[in-house]
Amino acid sequence: MTDHCEPGFRVERIELQDGRAELRFGGQLRFRQCFASWQSVRRLVRPPAAHLAFDLSGVDTLDGAATALLLDLRDEVLAAGSTAEIVGAHGGVRAMLDLYGSHPPRPSLHAPPARIGILDQIGRETLTLVRESRGLDFIGDVVVAVAKAIRAPGFVNWRELPRLMERAGADSLPIVLVINFLVGLVTAFQAAIQLKQFGANIFVADLVGLSVTRELAPLMTAIIVAGRSGAAFSAELGTMRVSEEIDALRTLGLDPYGFLVFPRVITLLLVLPLLTILADVIGIAGGILVAMLGLDITANAYLIETQKAVGLWDVFSGCLKTVFFGLSIALIACQRGLAAGGGAEGVGRATTSAVVTSLFAIVVVDAIFTVLFNAFGL
Amino acid sequence: MVEAEHLSVGYGDSVVLENLDFSVPRGDVFAILGGSGSGKSTLLRALIGLEEPLRGTIRIAGEALAREGPPAYGVLFQSGALFGSMTLAENVTLPLAKWTTLDRHAIDAIVRSKLRLVGLEGFENHLPAEISGGMKKRAGIARALALDPSLLFLDEPSAGLDPVTSAELDDLIVTLNTSLGMTTVLVTHELRSIFAIVKHCIMVDGRTRTIIARGDPAALRDQSADPQVRAFFNPQSRAA
Repeated sequence: MTDHCEPGFRVERIELQDGRAELRFGGQLRFRQCFASWQSVRRLVRPPAAHLAFDLSGVDTLDGAATALLLDLRDEVLAAGSTAEIVGAHGGVRAMLDLYGSHPPRPSLHAPPARIGILDQIGRETLTLVRESRGLDFIGDVVVAVAKAIRAPGFVNWRELPRLMERAGADSLPIVLVINFLVGLVTAFQAAIQLKQFGANIFVADLVGLSVTRELAPLMTAIIVAGRSGAAFSAELGTMRVSEEIDALRTLGLDPYGFLVFPRVITLLLVLPLLTILADVIGIAGGILVAMLGLDITANAYLIETQKAVGLWDVFSGCLKTVFFGLSIALIACQRGLAAGGGAEGVGRATTSAVVTSLFAIVVVDAIFTVLFNAFGL
Repeated sequence: MVEAEHLSVGYGDSVVLENLDFSVPRGDVFAILGGSGSGKSTLLRALIGLEEPLRGTIRIAGEALAREGPPAYGVLFQSGALFGSMTLAENVTLPLAKWTTLDRHAIDAIVRSKLRLVGLEGFENHLPAEISGGMKKRAGIARALALDPSLLFLDEPSAGLDPVTSAELDDLIVTLNTSLGMTTVLVTHELRSIFAIVKHCIMVDGRTRTIIARGDPAALRDQSADPQVRAFFNPQSRAA
């Protein structure tokens, strides 16, 4: 006889005649009590008996998980070639065993999916990804919708513009200003360390002015807008799609492109250049602060030098880029949002994808402009 | 009112239902029934123009589905699908502002009357997030009725509602049908609703991809020899 006791339940192995044995359970067989010591219980089935009976006549309570462990132990004994049976169960214990183990297997309503190879699976997933992203469909739909909007400007939901411009523009102003001020400041610091060695302190203004207006302010502003507004657009449209609001729009005879996509595209086309001009100003202000505090250059001298170095084209070229940044961010965000599927997880995926793709697109567009400006000597 | 001929629906290469023929008489309350995954929602999406049929034709009031212009029917989606950033009044206003040349005053009057019709008077300025599930469905019906369509499609109108709210919604559907003569096509699982309001139905089956039963729901319940149909209408006998 081998005993095993735990608070709430006990089990003992009793050797019978003819190689038969019995596991006699007692007390309350609950998962919380028995799972920690189940390995010890499992050891009681060894050495194998010709026939092992699980006697549950002393068990008052049996819960679902404990039933599963018990049935699994019985199946293990059967698989080892012995015979096994559960005996003595009564009342609620019997009912629990019937619920888990005695009913006939219930067939699935649907046929199980056929097993497919890994290459097949990769191919299918790739096709699904291409099909679900609907990138080409989106571009085609946008072109058709642009033609409609040109024919009938009322096609665009203009009333949405002020709200969107407030959210994408005014609301993002503080973060755009803080980031660009710091970028101007850091750039000026880095430049000052080098230029000081050559007594060329005043050229900090040239370096900061040109780098901020041509590159840093447009790029940083676009990155902030992609992370803020691009993500918001994608999440908003994705949620509308999974909650059938896009379908509802269509059944009301409203085009999602005119109603949702174009207002967002127009918003970023207008807002990004405006934010960039303000970012230029605050970036240069960051440079002035460093020049005044660290290089003994007056604000007046710094501004005169900046004026000499930075032309109107430098500011304009930066703003021109942001128009394309805005177009990329808004189109990517809307496309990802409209293609979202699969509930909250799908919206999350669409939002992540929108931000990552937008950032990639911003860098690519920036590189293209840099090459073009260089090629044309601009 | 609605006619489907040799209609096959699905997604891409995947055919969900094929070669369906049925018609919905004017003034009927007609249900599309079937188990989960049987394709009834796909069929509904094709009927309301959200999915292109793979084959066959759909006619509404004798005309092919129009892709442009004001819709010939109203649709209530399962969740209500109200626009979350708009108040209930703005939701109902949307189709009126788009498809009519009425002035603001006239539109407001119509919107108030539609919301009163569905029992939501006084909730005009509430956002969808501020009202219950049943109220959202009522508001969805008000929006679907904005342009006074003669045909209404309802996707699982009782889903997620308590029995009292569900019965109230059924009453509303019956009222719209009897008072306005509105043809109603609905997809539902709710047996109580089916027997209370539906005059005719079809039952689709995803395995055979066909219509396996059609007619009066009570007659199908009592007389159908098809075990699947009997099990659908008498779930308690299956459990027994």
